[in-house]
Amino acid sequence: MLTFKLSFKNLMGNGKRTWLNVSVLSIAFVAIVFFNGLLDGWNKQAKTDTIAWETGYGRLSHPLYDPYDPYTFSDAHGIPGFQKEILVGGQAVPVLVTQASAYPNGRLINIVLKGIDPAQSLLELPSRWLDSLPEEIRGTTIPAIIGQRMARSAGLKTGDRMVIRWRDVNGIFDAREVTVTGIFKTNVPTVDVKQFWIPLETLREITGMYGEITYFALGEELAGSSPWTGNEAWYGGWFYTPLDTLMKDIETLMEAKKGGTMIISFLLLCIALLAIFDTQVLSIFRRQKEIGTYMALGMTRVKVITVFTIEGAIHALLAILLGTLWGVPVLAWIHYAGIPLPEMSDQAGLAIGEKIIPVYSMTMILATVLLVVITSFIVSYIPARKIAKMQPTRALKGKLL
Amino acid sequence: MRTNMKTIIITLTLLSITGIHSLTAQEDTVAETILEQVDRNLSAQTRIFESSMTIHGRRTSRTVTSKSWSRGESAALTEYRSPASEAGTKMLKLEDQLWIYTPLADRTIQISGHMLRQSVMGSDLSYEDMMDDRKLTEVYSAEVIAQDTLRDTRVLVLQLTARLTDVAYPTQKMWIDAEKFVPLRQEMYARSGQLLKRIDLFDVKRIQDRWFPTRMIYKDMLKTGGGTEFSISSMVFDAQIPEYIFSKASLR
Repeated sequence: MLTFKLSFKNLMGNGKRTWLNVSVLSIAFVAIVFFNGLLDGWNKQAKTDTIAWETGYGRLSHPLYDPYDPYTFSDAHGIPGFQKEILVGGQAVPVLVTQASAYPNGRLINIVLKGIDPAQSLLELPSRWLDSLPEEIRGTTIPAIIGQRMARSAGLKTGDRMVIRWRDVNGIFDAREVTVTGIFKTNVPTVDVKQFWIPLETLREITGMYGEITYFALGEELAGSSPWTGNEAWYGGWFYTPLDTLMKDIETLMEAKKGGTMIISFLLLCIALLAIFDTQVLSIFRRQKEIGTYMALGMTRVKVITVFTIEGAIHALLAILLGTLWGVPVLAWIHYAGIPLPEMSDQAGLAIGEKIIPVYSMTMILATVLLVVITSFIVSYIPARKIAKMQPTRALKGKLL
Repeated sequence: MRTNMKTIIITLTLLSITGIHSLTAQEDTVAETILEQVDRNLSAQTRIFESSMTIHGRRTSRTVTSKSWSRGESAALTEYRSPASEAGTKMLKLEDQLWIYTPLADRTIQISGHMLRQSVMGSDLSYEDMMDDRKLTEVYSAEVIAQDTLRDTRVLVLQLTARLTDVAYPTQKMWIDAEKFVPLRQEMYARSGQLLKRIDLFDVKRIQDRWFPTRMIYKDMLKTGGGTEFSISSMVFDAQIPEYIFSKASLR
C-alpha cells in the first residue's frame, strides 16, 4: 500500500506530463472500444438481418443448388419426398429459383426469378404484397416485388409494368408482362440485387415446374430439431446447410475486418505506450538521487523497481477512469445515433444497413481494459529494470547513467 | 426438285384463287416442301465464309469481322479478325460443346450448359442461336398462312410449330421469297405468343447452285437498339475443309 501511495504521489507530482500521457492513453482506450464495438455491431446486424430476410436458421436445398453459381439454377429444382411433412407448422418457406431476363424501359437486365408463397410469414420479405394486384388486372399480368436496389438500378417504381423472359423446364422461351406491386427496403442485398420475387405457384406454372422447389428456408425450431444435428448433412437426397455455414461469408468478412481494426488499435496503443515509456526513461534519468535516497533509506531494489513500475501502470488506471468519464457519453451517443454509411456500401453483397449501431459487450470492454493495463505495466517495467544495476552511492551523486 | 417446284406453283395458284381460308392437308404438305427448299438453300455440307457483325447499341455501334468454317451441324470454327481487341479470338463448336480461345489471356475456355444462353460479344445473338444449325424441317412442322409482298417481293408466310421439345422458340413465322425460297423475314415467338426476336434478311445472291441472303439484321424485340447486322462478304459452299480445322489444336 505504501508503494502504491508513493507511486501515486510521485505521479501526481509530475503534473501536466502525467495528464498528457493519461489523456493520450484514454483516447487509445476509447478508440479501441469504439472500433471493436463498431465491428461487433455490424456483425450482429448483418447476421440478424440475413437470418430474418434470407436464410432463416438453416437451409435445405436441392443437391445441385449453388447460390454462388446462377448457371446451376435451371437444373436445381425438384419435388422432395418430405415436402408435406416439412411444411407443417409454418417452419419452412419453399423457394423456387430460375434465371430470367427483364426488359424495363427497353433495357435487358439478367435477373434471378424467385417464387415464394405470398402467405409465408417466416421471412421478413413482404411477400403478402404479391396479393395486392388490383382486381381489374389480375390474371393479365404477374405480380412481382423487388428491392430498392433493383428498383433503383432498373429505374422502376410500384405499378410499373415490363416484360420478363425466361425458359421453361424444357428450355423453351416464354415471356409475359409483370407488374411491380411493391418495392421493399432491406439491408440484405442478396434478396434484392437483380432479383424479382413472384408467387411460387405462378413461377411453377409458367416454368412447368409443378410442385417443384429449389430450397427451403427453415425456422429456428425446425432447424434446431432432428433429423439434422447442426452439421452439414443430407436429408432425403437434399442438402442441409446449418446456420453457421450460412453465416460463413459474414464471419469471413468480419475476420478480415478485425485484422484491420487490430492494426489501428495496435498503432494507437503503441503511440500511448511510447509516451509512458519515454516518461519512465526520463523519470529514472532525472530521479537518480531520489532512487539513491530510497536505497539509502533501506528500500530494496525490487521495491524501488515496483514503485517506478506502478507509477507507469497507474497511467493506465487513470486513462481508463478518464476514458470512462468522457468515453461513456460519446460512445453512448454513437450507439444512439449510429454511424451513417455511404449509399454504395452494400455493393459487396453482404448485409449492411444505412448506419451501423456499435455494440459494446462487457467481455470486449474488459478485454480492452486488461490489454491497456498489462501493456502499460510491461512498458513501465522495462525501463525500470535499470534500477536493479544501480549502486546507491553513485545514484545519490546522480552520476550513475 | 422440278416436281416440287411444280407442286408449289400449282398450290400458290390455288391459294390465290381460293384464298388462304381453305388450306388443306395437301397445302400443309406444300408448306413442308417449301421448308425443304429453304433448307436446301440455307444448309450445306460445308461452308467457308467471311462476315462482319455490327452491333447497334443504344448509343454506339461496333463492328466485328470474322472468318468461319463449318461442317454440317456438328462442327464450326470462327476466327475474329477485328477490332484489335477481339482479333485472334476463336470459337470452336464440336457437337454441343463450344470452346473459346482468347489470345490476350492465352486461354481456352469451354462454354457449356446455361452459359450458351449468353450474348455473343454483346450482340442480339446468343451462343445457342449461333450453334443451333438444325434443319428447319427436322424441328418444325409448317403451314402456309398467307401470301404477301415484302420489300417488293412476293412472299409466302409460313407458320412454323415445333415438333420437338428441346427448341428455344415454340413457334416461328417466316416470310419466304416465293421464287427463290429464301426467308426474307423470320419472327421467333415465346410460348405465350410474345414476339421475341426478328431477323430481316436482305441481298439474296446466287452463290454456286443456291440462293442465299448475304445480309441479316437480328433484333431482340423486347430491347431498344438497332439490333445486330450480319453481313457476309464471301461464301463458299461444300468446299473441302481439312480435319485439323475442327480440332482444339486449331484454336491456338
